Amino acid sequence: MNQARAFHHRIDKALHDDQLRRNFRSALSGIQAKREIQFPDDTQLQALREQARAVRASALIHQPELLERLEANLTANGIQVHWAEDPEQANAIIYGILEAAKARSVVKGKSMVSEETGLNQYLEERDIEVIESDLGEFIIQLAHEPPSHIVAPAIHKNRREVAELFHRFYPDIPYTEDIDQLTQSARLILREKFAGADAGISGVNFAVAETGTLCLVENEGNGRLSTTAPRLHIAITGVEKVVEKLSDVPPLLEILTKSATGQPITTYFNMISKPRQPGELDGPEAVHLVLLDNGRSRIRIDAELLDTLRCIRCGTCINYCPVYVQLGGHAYGTVYPGPIGIALEPQRLGLDQVGTLTSACTMCGACAEVCPVKIPLPTLINRLRAEAVNLQRTSTPLAGRGSLRKPGEASIWKIWQRLYSSPGLYRLFSFAATRMRWLTPVSLGGWTRYRSAPRPAARTLHELARQEGFRHE
Amino acid sequence: MSDARANILTRLRANRPQTVPTPPVYAKPLGWDRARRIDEFSTRMQAVRGEVHRVGDGDWVGWINRELLARGLRRALLGHGAIADAFAAGAADGFEITRYDRPIEDWKNALFHDVDFAITGARAALAESGSLVLWPSAQEPRLMSLVPPLHVALLDADQLFENFAELIDKQGWSGGMPTNALLISGPSKTADIEQTLAYGIHGPKELITLILG
Amino acid sequence: MSTAKQIYYFATCLVDLLYPKAGLAGMQLLRREGVEVIFPHDQTCCGQPAFNSGYRDEALAVARAQLACFKREIPVVVPSGSCGGMIRQHWAELFAGQPDEAQALAVAGRTYELTEFLVDVLHIRLTDLGEPLKVAIHTSCSARREMGVADRIEALVGQLDKVEVLTQERKAECCGFGGTFAIKQADVSGAMVKDKTDALRATGAQRVISQDCGCLMNIGGAFEKQHARQGDGPTAQHVAEFLWERTA
Repeated sequence: MNQARAFHHRIDKALHDDQLRRNFRSALSGIQAKREIQFPDDTQLQALREQARAVRASALIHQPELLERLEANLTANGIQVHWAEDPEQANAIIYGILEAAKARSVVKGKSMVSEETGLNQYLEERDIEVIESDLGEFIIQLAHEPPSHIVAPAIHKNRREVAELFHRFYPDIPYTEDIDQLTQSARLILREKFAGADAGISGVNFAVAETGTLCLVENEGNGRLSTTAPRLHIAITGVEKVVEKLSDVPPLLEILTKSATGQPITTYFNMISKPRQPGELDGPEAVHLVLLDNGRSRIRIDAELLDTLRCIRCGTCINYCPVYVQLGGHAYGTVYPGPIGIALEPQRLGLDQVGTLTSACTMCGACAEVCPVKIPLPTLINRLRAEAVNLQRTSTPLAGRGSLRKPGEASIWKIWQRLYSSPGLYRLFSFAATRMRWLTPVSLGGWTRYRSAPRPAARTLHELARQEGFRHE
Repeated sequence: MSDARANILTRLRANRPQTVPTPPVYAKPLGWDRARRIDEFSTRMQAVRGEVHRVGDGDWVGWINRELLARGLRRALLGHGAIADAFAAGAADGFEITRYDRPIEDWKNALFHDVDFAITGARAALAESGSLVLWPSAQEPRLMSLVPPLHVALLDADQLFENFAELIDKQGWSGGMPTNALLISGPSKTADIEQTLAYGIHGPKELITLILG
Repeated sequence: MSTAKQIYYFATCLVDLLYPKAGLAGMQLLRREGVEVIFPHDQTCCGQPAFNSGYRDEALAVARAQLACFKREIPVVVPSGSCGGMIRQHWAELFAGQPDEAQALAVAGRTYELTEFLVDVLHIRLTDLGEPLKVAIHTSCSARREMGVADRIEALVGQLDKVEVLTQERKAECCGFGGTFAIKQADVSGAMVKDKTDALRATGAQRVISQDCGCLMNIGGAFEKQHARQGDGPTAQHVAEFLWERTA
């Protein structure tokens, strides 16, 4: 199936799932309301956004030097650094570390980068038990589904669906739809996993070059447990997550938690700089960091598209997207859904693979208005639309440039251009359209499934203005 | 995978954007005095279901003796150092005290199952976000503030900073970080089911801050 | 009263062909305020439809053809939020590096959305002559986020003392038009306009007012289709036509 048909198939499925759409509407309205409470003063919000934007933009410019500095400081601290160009390399590195440590069971903290690499499946195929320990991730792991949101992976499920899932996999626990009780059940199940796991795998929110520090943001404590209880910790992150200084972190942390979840701060902010030191009684004896490129370095060459890499993965653009709320995350078919997914995934994977995603945007600008690092998402999406249908536009190394150009569509736009750039021709056309308005088709494909067909007026404004004595020039 | 390293760095250098970024500017201090800091910290911490109590310098052991036994919590986990010694010396009879004195591998099961609460110090706290700041150590290991169902943290009222930025700056964190540093703002929680808050998912179900001084 | 004695009126393509009465009402409002309204004969379209679809060369050719219409240093007033946003925000991207870039930026710099011009420049005062009416206002996303002038329509309608303004749920959410989005993602667009019209209907408003013809075509068209099935309901109307109708 080609990408456009596959996308429409997924959209169709989502639009016909009323329960799913109710779940999304209700969850996203709630998140939006919570976020807005955190930013009562717009001037302060804008100042904070500008600060966060500047920190991330600066880190991207100096990225190669910062990565080298990060590596040097982490290594000096005793954390081993690995570099991976693609998912296959990242997975092989992680499996190699686990093998060398004879680790057979892994507890995972939430990591979207590991979703990019398909790490769980890779390890499971090699007989390593992988347990997702973030409650949302645990739920969707039971359901064998990918995350539908980058911050709230199980946002598409309601309590009844979670209750049924728990009951199916853990029939000994009495059935309940009470959220507190479901949470306690998950605590009991996962505690045993934390106590027994050989290794922990986590993502990273910010990697600080100056001090060689990996920062993790979370509410549950599963991230801390995954990175503290087992004797081995492996962190995986994208190369763009590096920031220069520790003092860059507070504004990023503040705007991340307020934007993403409407909290002034999350329960835990976990800063890891070393493995267990002599005399210390817990914490992993070995800590590894895997730095994944996976297309990111290619995005950098274009000054406009570079903005994509500022992203701190808060998911706020997703929470405010009027298209996402109708569809949910699975319809996008990519690891990252919503506006950031539309902007990032075609750059990562190629316009020829997922360029159709760019059609799922009305250019309403709600995403850019809330983005904590001021990524101009509609501008990026618009740019990708242009790259998708144009072969010669720029020299940017975007995979699949021009691959979505269709001769029929292109010639319609050529005719449109001809008509609207020649005033005489346009007047002829609009005269004909108004005089023959009864010829306007009543059915216009998808448009008239939901609306009446637009109909030209009896006279154009050109004519009315003249009749009413307005000055023509 | 040194090839990957060289390839990635080469690409990053080759693709260096031409734009010059404006340097970030940080927010000005809030100018909160000691009383305001205590007040803001307490309000924020309580808003996320953290308990906060102000106790006299010498009375915190008495507070724990009175309160926690009454709540049916007996099995205490202590580290080493002044706090642990003070509680061990003054603890009421009903408590069963365990010291964190072996590597975790030797007693993981007991830590996960046989402890009701742990007592640790806090290095500092942040008023604006209602956060405790911990630097776990050999004396007070990392899992003490994470595995037991209740965590009691002792905070010196003079160690309250306005926010994270001020703390990093005043304490010179950029000069060197410990194995692990933590900001803790309330008990463990999740909103992964229907965006509804539920407490005590993986870490402590309750967090008590005793402000001394 | 005004400092601008003369303005260019850029009706844009949807207004010219589908909503000329709204366009004319805007011109009449301006004229009543003592402004000489010039309607350049050769104007067609700002280029937005092609620009939003990725066809930038085609968009550029059409936008470029407009420059000759707006040569003099007088304001350009546009009765549509998204066209105004296209000119003010996106002409800069479209014309970047082109020989006529400076000329395009100059036009963009003196372009106003109609309600913005009525409020900010003309400080218009309106006297309501109409019957009591309940309305809801749908602010176009372009007017809101690209131009930052969403509150001007509220200020204008707010001057009409027999008009009660009701507020729909999720007011700032997009109606689902999005230009070619409504064709390429017809079903998603349909779901969005369903939510939007449901929210508008729920207010009990008799009429929905907007400053953007794209939104009006979408919301109004959906109302019409729904009325055919479920009887009466609100209608959608451009703010200029609404204001003229109640004050002339």
